[in-house]
Order: sequence, then structure tokens, then C-alpha cells
Amino acid sequence: MTTGEAAQQRVARPTTAASRRRLGRLEIAALRGVIVREVVNFSSFWRSSTFSSTVDPTIYLIAFGFGFGSLVSTVAGYSYIDFVGTGIVATTVLFSGAFTAMYGTFVKYKFQHTYDAILAAPVDTEELVTGEGLWVAVRTGVYGCVPMLVAIVFGLEPSPGMLLVPFIAGLAGLGWGFTGIFIASKAKAIESFSYWQSGLLTPMFLVAGTFFPLSGLPRWAQVLGNFNPLFHCVELVRHAVFGFRGWVDLWHLAFLVAFALIMWRLAVRHMERRLIL
Amino acid sequence: MPQPLREHAIGVPSRGAANSRGRSGGDRHEPYIERVPLIEDNAITLRGVVKRFGSLTAVDGLDLDVPLGRCIGLLGPNGAGKSTTMKALTAQVIADEGEIEILGYRLPDDSKQARAQMGVVPQLDNLDVSLTVEQNLLVFAHLYRVSAADRKPAIERALKLANLVDRRASKVDQLSGGMRRRLLIARALLHEPRLLLLDEPTVGLDPQVRQELWALIDRLRSEGVSILMSTHYIEEAERLCDQVTIMSHGKAVAVGAPDALIREHAGEEAVEVYGSPPRLSEVEHVARDRGWRTRRTGTSVSVLHSNRSSELEGDRRVTNLEDVFVLLTGEEIE
Repeated sequence: MTTGEAAQQRVARPTTAASRRRLGRLEIAALRGVIVREVVNFSSFWRSSTFSSTVDPTIYLIAFGFGFGSLVSTVAGYSYIDFVGTGIVATTVLFSGAFTAMYGTFVKYKFQHTYDAILAAPVDTEELVTGEGLWVAVRTGVYGCVPMLVAIVFGLEPSPGMLLVPFIAGLAGLGWGFTGIFIASKAKAIESFSYWQSGLLTPMFLVAGTFFPLSGLPRWAQVLGNFNPLFHCVELVRHAVFGFRGWVDLWHLAFLVAFALIMWRLAVRHMERRLIL
Repeated sequence: MPQPLREHAIGVPSRGAANSRGRSGGDRHEPYIERVPLIEDNAITLRGVVKRFGSLTAVDGLDLDVPLGRCIGLLGPNGAGKSTTMKALTAQVIADEGEIEILGYRLPDDSKQARAQMGVVPQLDNLDVSLTVEQNLLVFAHLYRVSAADRKPAIERALKLANLVDRRASKVDQLSGGMRRRLLIARALLHEPRLLLLDEPTVGLDPQVRQELWALIDRLRSEGVSILMSTHYIEEAERLCDQVTIMSHGKAVAVGAPDALIREHAGEEAVEVYGSPPRLSEVEHVARDRGWRTRRTGTSVSVLHSNRSSELEGDRRVTNLEDVFVLLTGEEIE
């Protein structure tokens, strides 16, 4: 084909009815594009994030396992290493899920202008947010197993229920990933994260039943703890490893699903406000 | 000049509909309403587009036409509304009023289809800096939905076009400014778009690099890609564009081919008069009395439309697009 013919072809208007079919919401092609970008980027920094995802919970395990564990032998009917070894999943969910999404989203939005580039392609904000949330969920699901594997080294008994842990951590990671994106959409500067971290995430992290059971806390803190998605994640992980307890676990699961759905819609709506002027 | 608006099937999109970008698909099963394009042979048509940010009206009733296969320049000083207009074309800015149509798709509802067929080169570099040249292209081949079989050839073609074949394995943060800009252009061309938006494509680059990019843009134009380019480098518009729209305060103040605009607004010859500030003021005064137009060019005053009057002593030169630009957008810097 000569250059002239090629030019002719491009100038021609291929606006047949078929080519003008409307594109839908949440297209697989768009989600895949967003996730491929994340995966390719991850391939350039997976070492550092795997390092922190492994070392962080290990330090918590050692500190609490030896420090606190020397004071108490059993907590809520579990040996302390069993209690902490399963509860520690919450740290990963928070660090791998919420923090990654929070900082990642803000940096991509504010400093790297990545979202400008993605939204200039056939990707809508809803697809962008959903794709990024799904990727955070996968990462959290995988990294969620790491502290448990470390705990096995420290004496946690392996059980078949552990195979469910990546899915539970992934589901919680989905909710916390969307929460991180939501927080980033509300942040004016990266310093604003301090309020969210100290005011919301740290307290939630501590009253999740990770290092000590909620039952030892005052009544009001126990009630609040029941609204903490991390608590439901920790309980579900513990029960998966040591045996499910029927309806109560269904309630934990339902809570995590609802949390993910609500945060998904909030993240989409607020990112749209932020990105589309 | 913009053609009058033709009757079409669907009216001005409401603000409510406009807000729904991101949920644009709506009910997927609704039969598609075939719309009559605003103007058949246009890649981009804007009519009466208004965009306000609080009390600031960034775009104020803009009409713009980009005919298929042409290169159109959007010229204007900083703050004239160029960037807002460019963002409106990818529906990252939703217009408050007016109509936008791109490649036959009405915005913002059908923006995603339009974006699938156009490439965008942003003003701000938004490459993934920790990735290699090739990885950047791979990611966007996915985002632009290049099919699996075409992905590799598309990346090779883009690398060749941008002259980056040897740098494919380099990380972006090791590239020069010019290379990064070429990569941005290559990235926008992966899916062989019919329309290319260039937002200040050569801003902040050395003259040599700028000329190299001009050659690339000119080549794309000769291949039939429709181009809309915003710039405030007048020379760039003069060299590359078939037509320019000059914007000021959110409006189009002049539309036409560069040489036609020069003839119309600046006349054939300019007389450049140098001298002390009082002397320059005097020249301006005389010119005003004769009905000639003037513009300050730093150390001198350019007198336009003097019809080779022998009254003036100064350097005579051919008028250029910069004369038109300054006459129409004002000398004051805001």
C-alpha cells in the first residue's frame, strides 16, 4: 500500500453501526490494562515490598511472641503464638492493602500524573479504581500468608484451613485497598495522611484482636471493635486455621464483603470527583 | 469560520448526564441511537463550549473545528483556556455548556469510544519512570487494547518511529528530555489512532530537539492523521499547522490559515522602530493618529498596516504570526 492510500484510508470515516457500538462499564479489557500496568511496575520493585511484607510481621511476631508471650501462656483459649501468629495477618492487610493503596494512589495522581495518561486511554475512572483495588487485593492475599508462614517457623501448627487464608486476606485487602484509594482521593497533600493514620488506622490496627483479645477491653471498645473490618478479618483467619464456628463466621464474611462493596463505591465516586473536573 | 450547527438527534447533554462519565455505558442493552454528526468531515467539532471553575470561566463559548486529515493549532497565551480545552477532549474536564464531538462520538457520553481511536501526548510527562522504554509501550499497548497478535509489531513500529530502537531497554529516568517526549508520542501512536492531540509538544525543549519533533509531527500529518496541537510557540504553529485558532480569555478570537491571518490582521509589512522609551511612545502616538496598529516588541515598536508609508524610519520586515498573536491577545501580561 502506498503512503497515499494509507492516508486515504485513515481519513475515511469508518463509522458503521458496528464500529459505533457503545462500550460498556467495567470492561475486562480496561481492567486488564490497569492491572497489567500495576504488574509490570511491581516487577521493578517486588524485592523491596516483599522484604517489608516479610520483615514487618516477623518483627511483630518476635517482639510480641517473646516479649508478651513470656508473660502469658494462653489467650482466649489459644496458646499465645497461635493467637498472634494468626492475628498478625491484620498487619499485612493494613500495610499491603491500605497503605500501599493510599500512598500509591496519591503518588500516581499527584506526582507522576499517571492517571492523566490512563484516563486519556479508553479507561474510565470506575475501571481505573476497580482495577487498582483488585490488584491490591491479589497482593494482600499473597502477602497475607507470609506472616503465617513465619509463625509456622515459630511453632504454629499447619492446618488445611490455612489454604483459605489468602482468600480471606484478599477480600479484606480489597476493602482496605479501596479505603486507601478513598483516603487518597480526599487528601490535599501527602501530609494529610497523618490524620488518617493516627486517627483511624492505628487505633483500628490495635483493636483488631491481633495482639490481645477484644474481650479484655471496656464494653464501648468492644462494641466499636465489632465495626472494625480488621477485627472480622482476624477472627475469620483464626477460625479458618483452628476450625470454623458456623453462623458467626458467616457474619464475619458478610461484614468483609459489605465493607469491600461500600468502600469500592466510595472510592470510585470520590476519585471521579478528584479526576474529572 | 465555524459552520452553523446542524439539527441532530440528541440535544445538549445535561449537566447530569455530563457528570456520569465513568459510568458512561449506561444501560448496555439500550439500542444505540445513531446520531447525525455535527459536521461530517470533522475529526473534532466544538460548539459553544463553556467551562467554569468557580468564578473563573476558563473556556467561554469556544467553537473549534479540526477537519479530518488536517493539523490544527490552538494558540493562545497562558491562561487562555488551551489546556482546559485539551482536557475536555478526553472528558477529563466536563463542559458546563456546549457540544463536543470527536470522530463522530458525542462527549462526554461516548468519550471512551473516542479515546479508543485517538492518541494523546500530554504536556506533563507522565511516563512510568522506573520502567524501561519497551515496558512503557507494552503497558499502553494493553491500555489501548492492541490485540495480542499486534502488540509486538505495534511496539516495534512505535520504537522505530520515535527513533528509540537502541534505547528500548533503557529506564525512562535515564533518557534525555527529547527522548522522553518522543517516547510520549510513540506511546500515543501504538494503536494507530486517527486523531492525535498534542498539548504543548515541544515546551521546554532545546531548539534542535524541537525541530526533530516537528519533523516527526509533519510526517504523521502527511500520513493522514488528524492533529490538534496546542502551543504557545508561534513558529511551531506557523510551520506545522494548516489552520490555527487563536484563543484569548477562553474564546476563539481568530481562525484561519497562518498566512491568511497574517494578511488579514497584520498587513504585508511591519516597520520596526527602535529608540528611547519617549521616542517609542511618540511613534505609537503618531501611528494611532494615522490608524495604524502597533505592538511593542521589547526594545522597539512594530508598526503594522502602514502601507509602506515613507513617514516612518525603521527596519522594514515581513509580518508574521506573532504580530497577529500579540495584536489579538493583547500585550499585557496577566
